[in-house]
Amino acid sequence: MTMINTFDRRDIEARFPELLHRTRWQRFGAPLVIIGTLLYVLYAVWFFNLPKMVHEAHWERFSIYLLQWVSYDVQPQFRVKDNGTIDIRYPRFSVLGDDPKQPAWIKTEADGSYSVDMAGGVHIGRTETVVNAHGTSLTIRTSGTTPVVVGAAPAWVSASADNVQVDLGLSGWLSIDANRVKVVKRFFGWPNFIFDPTSPFFGKSTSEVVSLLTSGERIDPSQSNLSLAFDNFWNNMTWQHGDVWTKLFQTIVMAFLGTLLGAVVGFPLAFLAARNITPNRLLNSVLKRFFDFMRSVDMLIWGLFLTRAFGPGPLSGSGAIFLMEVGSLGKLYAEALENIDNKPREGIRSVGASPIAIQRYGVLPQVMPVFAGQTLYQWESNIRGATIIGAIGAGGIGLKIWEAMRTNDNWQNVAYMVVLLLIVVYVFDMISNKLRSAIVGEKMI
Amino acid sequence: MSVAQTEPVLKETTRDIVAAWDRTTSSRRLYTVIGLILIAIGFVGSVQYADEANAGHFFERLPHLFDFLQWLIPNDWNDVWRALFGRPSPLANGSEAYDFASGRVYIWGDFYIPEYFELMITTLNIAIFSTIFGFLIAVPLAFMSARNITPSPAIRFGARRICEFLRAFPELVFAGLFAAVLSAGPVPAIAAILLHTIGALGKLFYEIIENIDMKPDEGVRSVGGTRLERIRFAALPQVLPNLISYGLLRLEINVRASTIIGAVGGGGIGEELRLAIARGFGAKTLALLLLLFLTIIAVDQLSAWLRKKLVGEHQFLLAH
Repeated sequence: MTMINTFDRRDIEARFPELLHRTRWQRFGAPLVIIGTLLYVLYAVWFFNLPKMVHEAHWERFSIYLLQWVSYDVQPQFRVKDNGTIDIRYPRFSVLGDDPKQPAWIKTEADGSYSVDMAGGVHIGRTETVVNAHGTSLTIRTSGTTPVVVGAAPAWVSASADNVQVDLGLSGWLSIDANRVKVVKRFFGWPNFIFDPTSPFFGKSTSEVVSLLTSGERIDPSQSNLSLAFDNFWNNMTWQHGDVWTKLFQTIVMAFLGTLLGAVVGFPLAFLAARNITPNRLLNSVLKRFFDFMRSVDMLIWGLFLTRAFGPGPLSGSGAIFLMEVGSLGKLYAEALENIDNKPREGIRSVGASPIAIQRYGVLPQVMPVFAGQTLYQWESNIRGATIIGAIGAGGIGLKIWEAMRTNDNWQNVAYMVVLLLIVVYVFDMISNKLRSAIVGEKMI
Repeated sequence: MSVAQTEPVLKETTRDIVAAWDRTTSSRRLYTVIGLILIAIGFVGSVQYADEANAGHFFERLPHLFDFLQWLIPNDWNDVWRALFGRPSPLANGSEAYDFASGRVYIWGDFYIPEYFELMITTLNIAIFSTIFGFLIAVPLAFMSARNITPSPAIRFGARRICEFLRAFPELVFAGLFAAVLSAGPVPAIAAILLHTIGALGKLFYEIIENIDMKPDEGVRSVGGTRLERIRFAALPQVLPNLISYGLLRLEINVRASTIIGAVGGGGIGEELRLAIARGFGAKTLALLLLLFLTIIAVDQLSAWLRKKLVGEHQFLLAH
């Protein structure tokens, strides 16, 4: 094994001083950056008051909303009338329709009371409600003016002066008043996804619907069953398939139109902005500052102005994407043009070709794959961008998602639109990757 | 002498070469023409569709395109500066349009930060904070996704799917979901941008990591280095400048994103700008635009300068 002695060390030091004497920045740079970042993070935690926000957050809502993405509930109300009978009512817009038949999970007992198939079984009588859940049986007396829990109330029951809430976990909850029991029973799935309760196909099994569509009598004499079924599906009240799909299509069109127009306008401007193609320093830098300006003003601000000028809708959205893309694509194209190899141009110029022919045969073949790749990439990312500016009124699915979230009980619809958007983004990702690798070859750009 | 006579007379062999060239390029030309026709049809169709679906139509509204300039021009140009720096306006008549001073944030005695600067700082902080944390989470996730670092296909599969999901999931929905949990304000915006940043950076990073030179890694492994030591001493030094410069690029994007998320309810300068434009407050809008524009340019220039120092002239995609 070789050892370095002092003389060797001095020798190396004399020949390669930069190896042993690092600059201050090299020695202290990394720790300084880390300490600076840490200090900034502490400042930001104080600035946003993060501990308080996290402490006061309603984390339970998170699971409730996520649960609502994949489930729905039916809310029958059992009322004890003065004559002693119990009747069931459903709220308006119940998923079972305005006039539902009694579902199989509610059974009428011989004495006029009801049992609901929930948790371990819930029995609703005239004077008391019995809940079998969490391994015990609990009785709530409703004969007086206020509901009373018999025995000690467990943790899953919360009683206030005139109301008792019973939490039954995933299967739902009960709200018990003196003469009214509200049952909220949760089911998993997306109900009415194809037909809503106003449709004549509602509640029929798949085979019934198929036989109606193919060979059944016309339900509506003015149109065939197939077109009626499509109409019912397209105009489904809860899921609004027609509206959602139209808005999604608008988002895609916005991204396509904006990117394409941006490419068409950015293309000639990039030739004028590239230093090596147009030897005019003033024009070059004016155009480059113009690109920076269009890009810096950003989609949002263009969108806000255009919605004021043209009203909300995809035209304003396309315009916003177009104006920003002129800047982005113009800048990218100009950079690509400045990086080309000048020899093909010189060769073509040397045989006396016209300026247009020089660009066509000397420049375009070099940059076309890069241009196409970057344009496709921008299109794909603009589909995501168009979703967000949709929420400020620039058209597309963004506003629909935003409104569904704000009402706070349409989380199933949000989930539906998110799934559609994820599929669209994924499909366009794939198409653009395929096209790019076909144009550019396997090289990653 | 006519033009036709100047055409050079080609030799037999040259003519064969020209014919062969025409044959090979004819199919490519055909594809190009078909592609251009398809794009043209798509273009005309989408213009019509977008115009029909819009509330106002293009040619009908075009004469009014610059109508907004009327309200945008303030009654007194100095109001733009007053709005920007929170000085009271001489036009103040109690309406919100000329109320510049009430949003001041007092720091120390009479020293205050003007409202718009405070909002801009909030927006910037959202962007910086979520970029830092997104970066710190994306780096380990990217190492877990890289084929040359993580041999287990299960971990790689999981980490990649997480990145793809977070990247494709609409930021808007993250923002809405967290606004419901954390109450509206800047923190849901942080959460939304943070999650998207993890996905976007993670995907970019693992592609960079998979392209590293594996010789240093072999060296560290040959002296018995653990996986962490291999990452620290062999992989990280190769990729760190690249990762940081992509992180800086993401910061530029996130400043814009936090403005947009702000406009749809995340607080910060975006919301104020949307309200100012919607209500037609000329001086306030101009002040906000000026501030936002200058900030974005400053962040872009700073980040471009830093990136140039880190990796030299290097082309970046302006990916969202």
